[in-house]
Amino acid sequence: MRIRVGHLYPDYLNIYADRGNIAVLARRAAWRGHDLEVEAIGIGELLTPGAHDLLYVGGGQDREQALVATDIAAKGKALHEAVEAGVAILAVCGGYQLLGRRYADQSGADLPGAGVLPLETVAGTRRMIGDVLLACELEPGRPETLAGFENHAGRTMLDEGAEPLGRVISGFGNDGESGFEGCRAGRVVGTYLHGPLLPRNPWFADWLLAQALAHRTGGDPPELVPLDDDLEATAHAVSSTRARARGGRYS
Amino acid sequence: MQAQPSGVPCATRAAANYAQDVRPRLPLSVGLVVARAAGSLSRLSRAGGGTTVPGKVLTYLSPPAVGQLSARLPLGSALISATNGKTTTAAMVAEILGARVRLAHNSAGANLMSGIASTLVSVRDAELGLFEVDEAALPEVARQVRPRAIALGNLFRDQLDRYGELELLAQRWRRAVGELGDETSLIVNGDDPQVGDLGRGRERTIVYGLDDPRQAAPALQHAADSKWCLRCGTPYAYAAAYVGHLGEYRCPACGHARPHLDLVARSIELHGLEAVSFDLVDEQGVTRVRLRLPGLYNVYNALAAAALSAELGASRDEVREGLERFTAAFGRFERLPMGDRTVLMLLIKNPAGANEVVRTLVAGGAPSLAVIALNDGIADGRDVSWIWDVDFEPLLDRLERIVATGDRAAELALRCKYAGFDERAIEVVPDLARALDRGLQLTAVGGELFVIPTYTAMLGLRRIVADRGFVRPYWERAA
Repeated sequence: MRIRVGHLYPDYLNIYADRGNIAVLARRAAWRGHDLEVEAIGIGELLTPGAHDLLYVGGGQDREQALVATDIAAKGKALHEAVEAGVAILAVCGGYQLLGRRYADQSGADLPGAGVLPLETVAGTRRMIGDVLLACELEPGRPETLAGFENHAGRTMLDEGAEPLGRVISGFGNDGESGFEGCRAGRVVGTYLHGPLLPRNPWFADWLLAQALAHRTGGDPPELVPLDDDLEATAHAVSSTRARARGGRYS
Repeated sequence: MQAQPSGVPCATRAAANYAQDVRPRLPLSVGLVVARAAGSLSRLSRAGGGTTVPGKVLTYLSPPAVGQLSARLPLGSALISATNGKTTTAAMVAEILGARVRLAHNSAGANLMSGIASTLVSVRDAELGLFEVDEAALPEVARQVRPRAIALGNLFRDQLDRYGELELLAQRWRRAVGELGDETSLIVNGDDPQVGDLGRGRERTIVYGLDDPRQAAPALQHAADSKWCLRCGTPYAYAAAYVGHLGEYRCPACGHARPHLDLVARSIELHGLEAVSFDLVDEQGVTRVRLRLPGLYNVYNALAAAALSAELGASRDEVREGLERFTAAFGRFERLPMGDRTVLMLLIKNPAGANEVVRTLVAGGAPSLAVIALNDGIADGRDVSWIWDVDFEPLLDRLERIVATGDRAAELALRCKYAGFDERAIEVVPDLARALDRGLQLTAVGGELFVIPTYTAMLGLRRIVADRGFVRPYWERAA
């Protein structure tokens, strides 16, 4: 089956090897006999309703974020409609911030966001940098961990009642204080974790593919055929060990 | 112990310390005695060469020591900074000038304030200071050293976990250049929009760049950084992109363009993995130079070295002869004989530099085997995501087997696996010594093993080679 991915602003938001995430989705889809088709969506380009099963937004520096913020805010309505229709979204770092309602950056500029996730972000003075380990339970009864790297000045505050992506085992997370990281609303996930995120967290890559397939078929997310993930498991273990050994959190 | 210490950019930390003003402020002479003793002790204990120990001690005991010591140098000092190429450029200048000027040169690459202090402590009768400087440490070092010349090469995305965003680094450089005295010569790479702009409207500025569109890359690389016009944010149009975002650019909207070049490389000929030749052109005339190093990026290094050496008094003949004598800086296309085989060490640190290593290897007939080493120490960058930004694919197309090693060997193996490289042809051997042995075992007698390490992996591998008696340890070389 063809899984249609819309990659938002790949020329601008690609700072932390975001193409690694796309490569993992493409290979893992192909190994299950699916075909991942990636369309770049740039500034000023319309989001065609129904054209995508999964949207990806990567990370950028403040300069690049400022260049795309107005555009993503203008796409807010189309993004909302896509989410309503069951399209999955993964947004990392800068992309995560821009899916919220606003991002006040370090220069004091107040950038508008898409308003797809119930959160706001304000840049602080100290950057939160280091390895991170999260405990997640995206599907009830199936606890998993996510290992990654974070590097952000933004403090992201979720609205009351909003669901975080995971609990911080080690690292800073959304704001260095709450003990939570990321945000999840149905099939939409935003997170600060890069590394890139998906190569060393294959279960999460498969979860996203299953959500995208669910949108494609209109049915439930399918169970995907397991793959040989020994190398991925080793990378995950090393990354987790790093986070436990040297990821920090503000006390 | 790391040869390149400190996760916090030196300048930031120094500023914080000044603000608190809690340091002892001993007279320089006392600080020097203690620092030299500490260096001897550290070397005796063989704690990794101790190249920065005396400097750390000295800058702690006597914070203005670097300024005071460099002020004693009769011919003053020159600084070199860039994301990529600073070690090689400084080594080229040393080759050009070293025959007739006694240098204080931090040749082992210890390029924070403490490393420069260590160099100044270890040499007693130097005439000229020649220092490569960490990009983030540049403003503080320039403030103390007050250089007579400063060469700035390029800014690429590199170790974002350590330096923060590229734009912040560019701002620091703008401030540092603004603080330079009028008497300081500024040498900038005009092909880098951020760097070339630093000299605009300034007297005593020399701008260099390439002018040979035949050598341009077919497209901007994936990890290209300064793609947007500095003034208005429109994507630059490139008449030629040579290395990463370095090239001949022009903003189609506002006209912001590469500045006029004073020193140019033309008629470039790449000779595989062995050499590159080019015409060095300025108003003095045309000089043909043949470098015994490959790659366009080394032409950039040579241009910076030529401009800086000329500012420091070298004749055109001395420049040419020095460049043509030069072989390799420490770990950068360095050939290390190991018995009946040779190891070719190709340091990679960031996407732009690694892309050029890949491009040069592929152009020179890539090997079928490589040992690739990924560490995540502070000097490597703790965040290993940069390997996904490197365009490894052209090399992977040619390799038949990879030995992945280093602390993050599995991550590196994943990078290759998800590029479509057959997982069964990747051997994951995290231990550096065992990986080196495996690589040598797979290399025919008389053959050359290509080893592509990150910084601390390179140090570790060189140490292994040295322990087996094949190369001198770097701190001996550095002396």
